[in-house]
Amino acid sequence: MIDVKGVHKSFGDLEVLKGIDLEVPAGAVTVILGPSGSGKSTLLRSINHLEKVDRGLIRIDGELIGYRRRGNKLHELREREILRQRSQVGFVFQTFNLFGHLTVLENVVEAPVSAQRRKRSEVEPYARELLERVGVGDKADVYPRQLSGGQQQRVAIARALALKPKVLLFDEPTSALDPELVGEVLDVIKELARDGATMVVVTHEIGFAREIADTVVFIDDGRIVESGPPREVLDNPVHERTRAFISKVL
Amino acid sequence: MSTTSVTSVSGTSGPPTSAVPLETDLPIVARRHPWRWVGVGVVLVLLAMFVHGLATNPGWDWPTFFQFFATRTIFSALWVTVQLTVYGTVLGFVLGAVLASMRLSSSPFLQVVAWGYIWAFRSIPLIVQLLFWFNIAYLYQQLSIGIPFGPEFVHFSTNNLFGPLGAAVLGLALHQAAYAAEIIRGGIISVDAGQTEAAAALGIPKPRQFFRIVLPQAMRSILPNGANEVISLFKGTSIVSVMAIPELFYQVQVIYGRSGRVVPLLMVATVWYIVLTTLLSIVQYYVERRFARGTAR
Repeated sequence: MIDVKGVHKSFGDLEVLKGIDLEVPAGAVTVILGPSGSGKSTLLRSINHLEKVDRGLIRIDGELIGYRRRGNKLHELREREILRQRSQVGFVFQTFNLFGHLTVLENVVEAPVSAQRRKRSEVEPYARELLERVGVGDKADVYPRQLSGGQQQRVAIARALALKPKVLLFDEPTSALDPELVGEVLDVIKELARDGATMVVVTHEIGFAREIADTVVFIDDGRIVESGPPREVLDNPVHERTRAFISKVL
Repeated sequence: MSTTSVTSVSGTSGPPTSAVPLETDLPIVARRHPWRWVGVGVVLVLLAMFVHGLATNPGWDWPTFFQFFATRTIFSALWVTVQLTVYGTVLGFVLGAVLASMRLSSSPFLQVVAWGYIWAFRSIPLIVQLLFWFNIAYLYQQLSIGIPFGPEFVHFSTNNLFGPLGAAVLGLALHQAAYAAEIIRGGIISVDAGQTEAAAALGIPKPRQFFRIVLPQAMRSILPNGANEVISLFKGTSIVSVMAIPELFYQVQVIYGRSGRVVPLLMVATVWYIVLTTLLSIVQYYVERRFARGTAR
């Protein structure tokens, strides 16, 4: 489903990703763990081409993301084509990034209408259904700042789902939340996992990773240190660095 | 804990002596602000003196004021001022928006061009620029379209192309655009980058990202400054009097030049400037309220 091969990325002199290879099968949940600054968010963002990679390939369903191969060169895609690719990928931000001047319902309806050119009349009932599903059905007509952080993040998840994406990417979805609000967001993500959505989640919630991950990937210093089922990586890590990280966050 | 028992006791037994209330029931007395009242008094006296002066000092010459205040000449001059303001604002802000998006674009070429424009038009005093436009026909009698340094296809006489009013609008708009560009750019960069990022992640098309997501939120900080600019342009049109354009200020100058009654005619212009600025401020209030949706303040 998602296929990452030999991805390198630098910000100025700082090399953040030093050759990442990762495969995410359809219907699987992959959790990326790692200390801050390890490159995990950058990796997630490059899957959506929010960051351009310097070297390497990313494919979703066999389609090259951000580039077109002509002969032996990769040509950067036009903005419009990149936007089309992005509308097949749902992205949930750490800081929600809901559109503050639009109501909850308008937030959810916006992208399907403007990016996928679907009819508002057909999208709206679906949007309401999604809001119901993430537990904020009664908040459709309020503005984001009238909601708690947990509610905002659940709206953001509904907004990502409205595009009917092939893949969902979560960038530390609970890091900006008060501790008592973390659970309600994780419950929504778990629900999606049970429904068979393909997801990549960057998180610090080890317990949550253990519960939903099919594969846990531990990244440090721009490289994948180890990956495998949670039972292996979390409970019997092979590498010293993984062990040290897990003992610190637990 | 024993509040009820105490009150009931004081209510039943004996006269309501000045019983000390419970510590938790002590009444709160708001802080007093005696100096505020002193300030109000001083201002009221000064205001009364000013109004009294307006009414009694014959120098204000109210009969002359009322003689000219609502005349045809003044109305047509006011209309010229309003036209200058509207055209200057619309053209200035449209060009300003283009310049702002150029400065914010990822193209170094567009950035430099916009920066250069803003630099140039903020450096030249408006009055100097207006006089240049007024005298443009002295520098270039003809304008033509053709190949640079090569043959020309079409000619225009410069004087026919811009009348004096056209030259004034052009000057005001070009000047306004440089300031409008910075105000609009300021508004746009005040919107959290996460908004554009979220819009991009959702695949929302570029123009829509700008007009639907960023601009409405940028308007919150563009509007107060923008309204300032419109009002300042409205009064700034008086500078166009150097080009002998019959706008409000020029017209009152002409009248008092003939009649010698300077003060009442300046008051005619002043009152009209105040009336229209007040209207603009009211419009500003409602427009700002419109763009405040979803925010606390």
